[in-house]
Amino acid sequence: MSKATLQRRPLVKKILDGADDNLLVIAGLGSSNWDVTEAGDRPLNMPLWGAMGAPVGMGLGLALAQPGKRVLVITGDADVMMSLGSLATVATQQPDNLAIVVLDNEKFGETGNQASHTSPRNNGPTESGAGADLAMIAQGCGIVDVGTIRESGEVAQLIKDARTKKGPVFRLVKVMVEKLDFVMPPQDGAHLKDRFRQALLGHP
Amino acid sequence: MNAETSPDWRDQIFDVLQAHGIKQVYHVPDAGHSRLIEHCQRSNSIRTVALTTEEEGIALAAGAWLGGQRSVLLMQSSGVGNTINLMGLTKTLRFPFLTLITMRGDYGEFNSWQYPMGQGTPKVLEAMGVLLYSVDKADEVKATVDAAARAAFHGGQSVAVLLRQKLIGIKDFGKKTK
Repeated sequence: MSKATLQRRPLVKKILDGADDNLLVIAGLGSSNWDVTEAGDRPLNMPLWGAMGAPVGMGLGLALAQPGKRVLVITGDADVMMSLGSLATVATQQPDNLAIVVLDNEKFGETGNQASHTSPRNNGPTESGAGADLAMIAQGCGIVDVGTIRESGEVAQLIKDARTKKGPVFRLVKVMVEKLDFVMPPQDGAHLKDRFRQALLGHP
Repeated sequence: MNAETSPDWRDQIFDVLQAHGIKQVYHVPDAGHSRLIEHCQRSNSIRTVALTTEEEGIALAAGAWLGGQRSVLLMQSSGVGNTINLMGLTKTLRFPFLTLITMRGDYGEFNSWQYPMGQGTPKVLEAMGVLLYSVDKADEVKATVDAAARAAFHGGQSVAVLLRQKLIGIKDFGKKTK
């Protein structure tokens, strides 16, 4: 497999470009949170500082509650790997307003870039994973519209699919391993929740 | 059977959930809750979601609340341990959370494998700051679930109702109660 060339920060910025009140974003803990925040902190982002494994389920609960809005989950490969069953739960509900974008760098980035389960097998004593393919897993769970993005030429279509295509949409994006600055949103979970609801519902 | 005239506590729970405007009901397969789950599945105003593991229910409940909807998680005590880590989310985000738990490993349980989690259920929930409402009499179920829903959705708390094995019945447990 060729080495990933896509950079997560500019990619996420492009996906979220022009985000309006119709777009509700859940960002997984760690790098995905910082990526989404660098693109622009906004009340209708729910950036997580913990709760690993929760973003797909949160996205589903939100999508079912707000069928008229677009719900976009942006998170990492290990976060999704932690709750694979929730992909099947998404498929049972078939929310047409939910898109899941997984930024897969094949590493546990927050703990020092150890090989994650999406790293290739037989890649040496410290760099080997399982070669797990999250797009295939999502498809196997019953999400029909899945895809893997590796090249910059595929990004324009990715943005369209993430923002507007009939869901549930699952996109796996192979991204580079990079050392990036922490760009942090507010940390208080109750504040993040209240500002989200205030912006969406008009009350906390 | 019409729930209005039925004395069955399972039907009364459905009425209470409707009265509190609950829109999403999460569950795993459960003999004790099966009649309530089927009631919810037939309802036009409630979306039922079958989970692969109980902890998904916490994540969904958080998402539903972000989107302005109330929800409830139905589970057995056997699955409570699966939820404990994510249960912290109810505290961190401070969102209302309601779960109804059918107890195993409780009064007269025959299966020794059910005891560790059944007996541990109140302790681990308490450790995570979840309020416990316990009920073992059929005529107290409706009022207890109603009070729990008030504590959750008006009081902003994380609340678990423990439906004790004495209430559910030990002999016919595991069979479909229709």
